[in-house]
Parts: sequence; C-alpha cells; structure tokens
Amino acid sequence: MLKKYYIPRLIQYFTVVFIGLTLVFVIPRLLPSNPVESQLSRMMAQGQYLDPAAIEQIRETLQQLYGLEGGMFQQYISYFKRLFTGDLGPSFTQFPTPVMTLIKQSLPWTVGLLLVSLTISWLIGTILGGIRVSFPHSRLARLIELVIMGVRPIPYYIVALVLLILFAFLVPVFPMAGGYSMGVKIGFNARFILSLLRHAFLPVLSMVIIEIGGWFLQMRNVASNIIEEDYVVYAEASGLPKAKIVFMYIMRNAIIPQITGFALNLGFIFGGALITEIVFAYPGMGYLLYSAILAGDYNLIMGINVFSIIGVSTAMLVVDLVYPLLDPRVRYS
Amino acid sequence: MFAVIRDLYRNDKRFAFGFTVLAFFVIIAFVSRFAPYDMRAWNTVPRDLRPSLQHPLGTNSIGQDIMWKAMAAIKNSLLLGVIAAAISRVIAIVVGLLSGYKGGLFDRVVMVLTDSFIIIPLFPILILIATILRSSLNMVVLGIVIGLFGWAWDARLFRSQILSLKEREFTRTAVFSGLKTFKIVTTEHLPYIVPLVMATTINNVIWVIGMEVTLSMLGLSNLNTPTIGTMIYWALQYQAIFLERWNWILTPVIICVVLILALYMLSTSISEYLDPRTRLQMIRKR
Repeated sequence: MLKKYYIPRLIQYFTVVFIGLTLVFVIPRLLPSNPVESQLSRMMAQGQYLDPAAIEQIRETLQQLYGLEGGMFQQYISYFKRLFTGDLGPSFTQFPTPVMTLIKQSLPWTVGLLLVSLTISWLIGTILGGIRVSFPHSRLARLIELVIMGVRPIPYYIVALVLLILFAFLVPVFPMAGGYSMGVKIGFNARFILSLLRHAFLPVLSMVIIEIGGWFLQMRNVASNIIEEDYVVYAEASGLPKAKIVFMYIMRNAIIPQITGFALNLGFIFGGALITEIVFAYPGMGYLLYSAILAGDYNLIMGINVFSIIGVSTAMLVVDLVYPLLDPRVRYS
Repeated sequence: MFAVIRDLYRNDKRFAFGFTVLAFFVIIAFVSRFAPYDMRAWNTVPRDLRPSLQHPLGTNSIGQDIMWKAMAAIKNSLLLGVIAAAISRVIAIVVGLLSGYKGGLFDRVVMVLTDSFIIIPLFPILILIATILRSSLNMVVLGIVIGLFGWAWDARLFRSQILSLKEREFTRTAVFSGLKTFKIVTTEHLPYIVPLVMATTINNVIWVIGMEVTLSMLGLSNLNTPTIGTMIYWALQYQAIFLERWNWILTPVIICVVLILALYMLSTSISEYLDPRTRLQMIRKR
C-alpha cells in the first residue's frame, strides 16, 4: 500500500513542483526581451533624467534583485536556494515590501473564494448529475442539463462580466468591486460578515455557474454506467425506495471519480478564480496579479506563479492522500 | 466525409446550428477584408454614434465603426484559434503517438511531463510570458505561445487511444502480414484518430478564444489588432458600461458567446457521433 500508492504519488508531486518551478525559471530567460532592460526603459519613458553612471548602477541592482547575476547554472541553484528559504524577493512597485508579504495578505481571499465555490459547484453538479441519470425521462432534468451544458464552455471572464453588468449595474443588488465595504472593520462581527457575504456573492456565483458543468458531465457519464449494474437492477426489483437507490446505490458509487476530478481540475479552476477576482476587483491573488501586470512588477508575477504551482500541486497531493480513505478498492488492493 | 457532415446536419439540430453559425462567421471573416476603414486606425468615423443605416452597429468612442471592427475581430480571433490549435495539435499528436507506441521508460518520462502540464496552473504562466513579450506580441507569437501550452490533455487522450488500438485484432493481422510500423500507423490507425483529433481541435479553439479574451482584457496583447478580446478591452477602458454604450460593449460579448456555443455544439455533436452507443440510438430513431 505504502509502496504502491503513497510513494509514487509523492514522487509525482515533487516532479510536478520541480518541473513547474523550472518552467518559471526558464521562461523569462528563454524569451528575447529582458525584464531588467524593459524595467529601465519604462523608468526612462516616465521622463526621469538619469545619467549613464546611475543607469549602470540601477541595472546592477535590478539584476541582483531579480537573481540575474552569474552564469545560468549558478542562477538556477540560487533560485532554488532562495525558494527554500521562502524568499521571493522584494516587490518592485511596493518596494521594499517582500513579495511574500503581499501574497500572504491576499492568499486567504483566494483560498476562501475557491473553497466556497468549489464546494457549492461540486455538490450541486454531483447531485444534479446523479438525478439526471436516475430520472432519464423527466423533462425538468433535461432542461437543467441543457442550461448547464450550454453555459459550461463560455469563458470565466465573459460570465463574470455579464453578471457584473446585470447584477451590479443594471440591477444594483450587489457591489461592483472589493472584498468588503469601506469603513467596515475586519473582525468577527455581524456587519463585517454581512458585507463579506454580499461582496463574495457574485464572484462565487460566476465560478459556480461554470464549474457545475464539469461535475455534472462527469457524474452523468459515470452514473449512467452504474445504473446498468446488477446491484442497481436488483435494488429496483426488490422495491427499495427510489431515494435510497439514487443516493445510496448510484451516487455513492459514482462519487469516487468525482474526487479524482477534483484534483485534476484544480489548476484550471484556480486560473478561473484569478480571472474572476480581476473582474470583480476581489482582493485576492488574482487582483494582486492584475496590479502586478499593470505596474510591470515582474518579481511579483514570478512569486504568484511559484505560489500557484506549489499551492495547486500540494492541494492535489492532499486529495490523492485522502483518496484511499474514501475508496475501499484502493485501500485493500 | 461529406456524407457524414450531411447526415449530421440533417439529424442533429446541434450540429446544424453549430455548422451554420460557424459558416456564417467564416463568411464574415472573409468579408472583413473589404472593410472601408483601416481597423487599426482611430478616428476614421465620427465618435459615439447610435446605430444607423450608415453604421449598422454605431461607432465607438475611439472613432471606429463597430460593425466592421467586429467583423475584423471575428476574423482575427478565428485565425488565432486556428494557429494555436494547429500548433498544439501537432505537439499532442506527436507526443501521444510516440508515447503510445514506444512505451517503456520513454512513455513514463513523457507522461510525467504531460501530467505536469495538466496540473500546473497555466494561466499565471501565460501571463508571465505575455508580460515579458508584451511589446513583440503579435497574433502569430500569441498563437504560438498559447499553442505551446494547450496540448497536454489531448496528448494523453491520443495516447490512450493508441494503447487500445495496439491491442486490437486487426493490428496483429497487419503486423503478421508484414506491414511496416509506419504503414500500420498511417493507414490502419490514423483513420481512427482523425475524428477524435477533430473533436479535440474544436474544444481547443474554444479554449484559445477564451484565453485570448482573458489576456487581451488584461491588456496583455497587441491592443491595436482587432480581436474579440481587444474590443472588450477598449470598451471597458472607455467605461462603456457606465456610459451605457451597449452597442459597443455587448457586440463582442454576444459574438463571443454565440461563437463559443456554436463550436461547443459542433464538438459535442461530433464526439457523440464517435461514440458507437449513441450512434446506434440515432440510427434507431430514424
């Protein structure tokens, strides 16, 4: 069990993290334009007068900050060394605040948004998918399927934008931006929580709308195989109540691939969360990323990349490690 | 091939819808070549006109005719989708086939790499690339960049298909009758893969168009090239929502939704056609 299941998962985890971090290291160095030079030209374009000696000094400092001094291999080693100590360098626009501090501030917002929308969409998608298969002739079930599947392919960005226009502008029920109202103190009190919920509603809704589709589809495909199994036919023949068949016989067995799906889709959904935050100006990692893009804060973008790779693969590892508890077939094999 | 399309068109409403809309968009893409204005230039027409006979969808705040701009945007977005999908298809097919046929250590190493590309969140990485390349990011470069990242999932799909084809009876017959491996792959196996490639290509085009919209809306592409994404970007930059210039902001949004739905219906229709069980049901219904 340990040898056959846990160790390969751990090896996979470390390879994924390693490949991802290497990608983040290699990409900027493979591309033709140099972040240091573009930073310099941006400074010059702002109309600052700098004499050549000062430019040279700034260039050196920037190279040091970005970890660009020395040979390629040396840079690679020092890159990993810095990562191990949790040092992602300073943010360039909010100098000298470390990137790590900025990410730590916005991480809880993203994690909260992700967890809530994932749980809701997973539950609804799974249950609706199971019901769709259990009642193949119901008109309502077919209508639900049509709507869910029709919305699924639309990009996160478009759905979020349409929701924003509809419910924050045309019918202003929800706020347009932010994580909580101005002037509300962060803390465990009714006003803050209410404000939090109101601001989170549209971002969560936009993510749920798109994600339901995936869970629904997978549940439908798995459950439609299960429904033909002998034990389901037997349960129906012996006259068990329909609810019990649907939940205990069909759904319980179709739920395991849903958990694998959880792990595999995490990267995609995480990207979606970033996009959603940008549209709703929600103060999480996505919004941080957006402000980093606007300011050309290259170090911050790198840091967010590193964090998202480690975060998503760690979450996936956790799902994989919990998996045997839920699937007796893995446990006893 | 044409018989299949005709059959699907007659028997599957989704296919008929998707095919018609896509054909319409392709025609628009060709017509956009005859635009009377330069779509990159600003202030070629009076600003902020409501829809009229002369400007069927009105004009925007930077002095461009919205209808012609939308047509050029459709052309460019479709083009980008085709470029990126073509690149990622080549990678996915090569990786999938090689890995499926070679097996062994090669297969294992390549699959770990592929899995990493599936798991790693690509959106922030694409942003990293786009930020650095910003100045030199034209349609082709953007297509290549997106294409280089969109192959992993489909490579796995092709590989699993090859693994099952390898075990079929007719493969053994071909091997024993002395056909060369290359010949078996091209004449015996490729026909099985082609429809799957088509369905995944359409899905990939959907993903690419969505990615383009997202990157452009962040200002991370060449903003002078009219695409669906840059149209939305400029509309938002000029506060089209607050000023209630619905003809400006909603045109690209609606085009995006309709285009993606059409492509999606095509792909589901094709992949259902590929599934022998649903094909049997279709035949029974007739």
